[in-house]
Amino acid sequence: MKKMLLTTTAALLVAGSAMAEDVKIGVSLAFTGPLESMAPHMAAGAELAMKEVTESGKLLGGVTVVPVRGDTTCIDAAAATATAERLITVEGVKGIVGGMCSGETGAQLENVAMPNGMVMISPSATSPALTSKEDNGLFFRTAPSDARQSEVMADIILEKGISSVAVTYTNNDYGKGLADAFEAAYTAKGGKVTINAPHEDGKADYAAEIGALAAAGGDALVVAGYVDQGGSAIIRGALDQGAFSTFVLPDGMVGAKLEENFGSEIDGSFGQLPDSMGDGKAKFAAMADGFDPTGAYSGEAYDAAALIMLAMQAAGTTDANVYKDKVMDVANAPGEPILPGELGKALELLAAGQDIDYQGASSVELIGPGESAGTFREIEMKDGKVDTVGYR
Amino acid sequence: MDFLNALVALTNYIIIPASTYGAQLALGALGVTLIYGILRFSNFAHGDTMAFGTGLAIIVTWGLQAMGVSLGPLPTAMLALPFAIAGTAVLVLVTDRLVYAHYRRVKAKPVTLVMVSVGVMFVMNAVTRFMIGVDDIKFADGARFVISARGFKEATGLAEPLAFRTTQLLTLVTAAIMVAALFWFLNRTRTGKSMRAFSDNEDLALLSGINPNQVVRVTWIIAAGLAVTAGTLYGLDKSFKAFNYFHLLLPIFAAAILGGLGSPLGAIAGGFIIAFSEVGVTYAWKKVATYMIPGFEAEGLLQLLSTEYKFAVSFVILIAVLLFKPTGLFKGKAV
Repeated sequence: MKKMLLTTTAALLVAGSAMAEDVKIGVSLAFTGPLESMAPHMAAGAELAMKEVTESGKLLGGVTVVPVRGDTTCIDAAAATATAERLITVEGVKGIVGGMCSGETGAQLENVAMPNGMVMISPSATSPALTSKEDNGLFFRTAPSDARQSEVMADIILEKGISSVAVTYTNNDYGKGLADAFEAAYTAKGGKVTINAPHEDGKADYAAEIGALAAAGGDALVVAGYVDQGGSAIIRGALDQGAFSTFVLPDGMVGAKLEENFGSEIDGSFGQLPDSMGDGKAKFAAMADGFDPTGAYSGEAYDAAALIMLAMQAAGTTDANVYKDKVMDVANAPGEPILPGELGKALELLAAGQDIDYQGASSVELIGPGESAGTFREIEMKDGKVDTVGYR
Repeated sequence: MDFLNALVALTNYIIIPASTYGAQLALGALGVTLIYGILRFSNFAHGDTMAFGTGLAIIVTWGLQAMGVSLGPLPTAMLALPFAIAGTAVLVLVTDRLVYAHYRRVKAKPVTLVMVSVGVMFVMNAVTRFMIGVDDIKFADGARFVISARGFKEATGLAEPLAFRTTQLLTLVTAAIMVAALFWFLNRTRTGKSMRAFSDNEDLALLSGINPNQVVRVTWIIAAGLAVTAGTLYGLDKSFKAFNYFHLLLPIFAAAILGGLGSPLGAIAGGFIIAFSEVGVTYAWKKVATYMIPGFEAEGLLQLLSTEYKFAVSFVILIAVLLFKPTGLFKGKAV
């Protein structure tokens, strides 16, 4: 028995060294926790890009890219830190797609990625606070900051002639960042926020929150929350109790669940989400196999993984401290525009020393300290469906 | 008119929602308190037992709906409830046989049992997710409202809306029936009396010939019944999400401890106190005050505490009770 154990271990060791040419990339998302229903589609997006690159056989002379999933829980910074620690020190990943929620992403960056010099590209952390965070040039995001979204949202609301709103936000870095940025933008443009109150996700009951929001009043209710979490519960309660009938819905609230949960009950409600026009989205959707490509941030996750691998190719190494400087180059003009499904071509161009301008599924354009500039899709609820009004 | 408006606003935003929530907490706390009284440990797996039972109820509901069975204005899930309770009772009995029985045999300390129940909680949590997934599921059918906000406004001409959902009425009625049945059982039947005797003094009860295994079995079955009913009512009233039941555990424990662990009456009182304090203390009284005091125009929101502190409210009450009355309001067992 002992001998058999020894041989198996030895065999494993041999197998391990034989696979040394593999490049591991961490997929550090919230597979459990309040966003657990979104994470699988995002991970599948990221892994699709890795599969595409591996099959092209052109990354750094044909290495195999292996995704390693890690759970960040979205809400537990300590768990997220431990996950990032494991990915880097035990699994030896060369880059991380993640984290998912803003707070947990900041914790991973500060505690693990910076000390270890690891590149992190988050597909979905949108807190404005991450813009000014010190990151040694290691942190990027393919999602736009909520400061941008707040401006857009304030404009849309005022254009509809609504001059006083109540705001409720999910009590985390995402919700608070968005709500505060929105209050500042809206007030500066002449609107009035009657109350800016948080709600906790996944809690038992929202009667207290709805009571307070209703008492404060306003012509519409801005719900900076999550559609499969407290956000929906707040809207449900406000509708049922006759407190509000028009809702303003930022990115976390726009999803298939919204139509399913409320249908035509919230006709006339409106909102916006980071989204692009263009062919990239359609191409990505056509490639998707076994997951929902329209799921929130699924395309952004594909782009995050693609950027890591393209930057590696451009730098000619998997060393994060070297290829971090190439991320902005491959993401932005000048160069040949690259859409989903063209990663092989991009790798070839880079190998030949040519420039590329990665567009990807979400029309990536990195600005400032490496975050997506973001175009926003303005939506309105019509006959129980999310209807696209336009892009801005 | 203004007085009526104030009254309606209070009823709509405080009394109805808090009573419903209180009833759901009370049913949950009753289960926790029963287990504590008889098996002598805090069962952390209670929240996930609720989730598992509700998951079963949803699956049976789907089956019934597929067969075209419905209850008219009432949700089909009420028909599924007995099946779900039976299934969950089997699960907890098997768990007891496989896990807890061993620790009772070795006379483990209560704190060991608590830790064991935390382990059971994680397992049940995973089983529930495997069974029904992690998504948000709505399974309420039938009539949505007894009184709808718009209908009320049109019928009465008042400025304030009033809504009363079918699920809220159902929650209150079912909870009342369950509680009445439980008290009748504990006070009037032989098994119920032997359970109380076992809870009061285990050794004396054993000496007088009470079969401990039967007491344990019946306790688990009743706890499962309460858990599944509370969970299903909660799921009907809000929506089902496996994750939420884990969070429900906290206010449930607060309610049970506040009322006095081991005291059924305390569990009910605790449930309502927690619910009303969460909603009442953080309510913005601006509207009501404007209606009640003529000529008064409130500057601020007249909110005692902002809503993020609502959990603090129940825990401050909890700490105060534990400091001055360590056995809880209704003289439960000391924790």
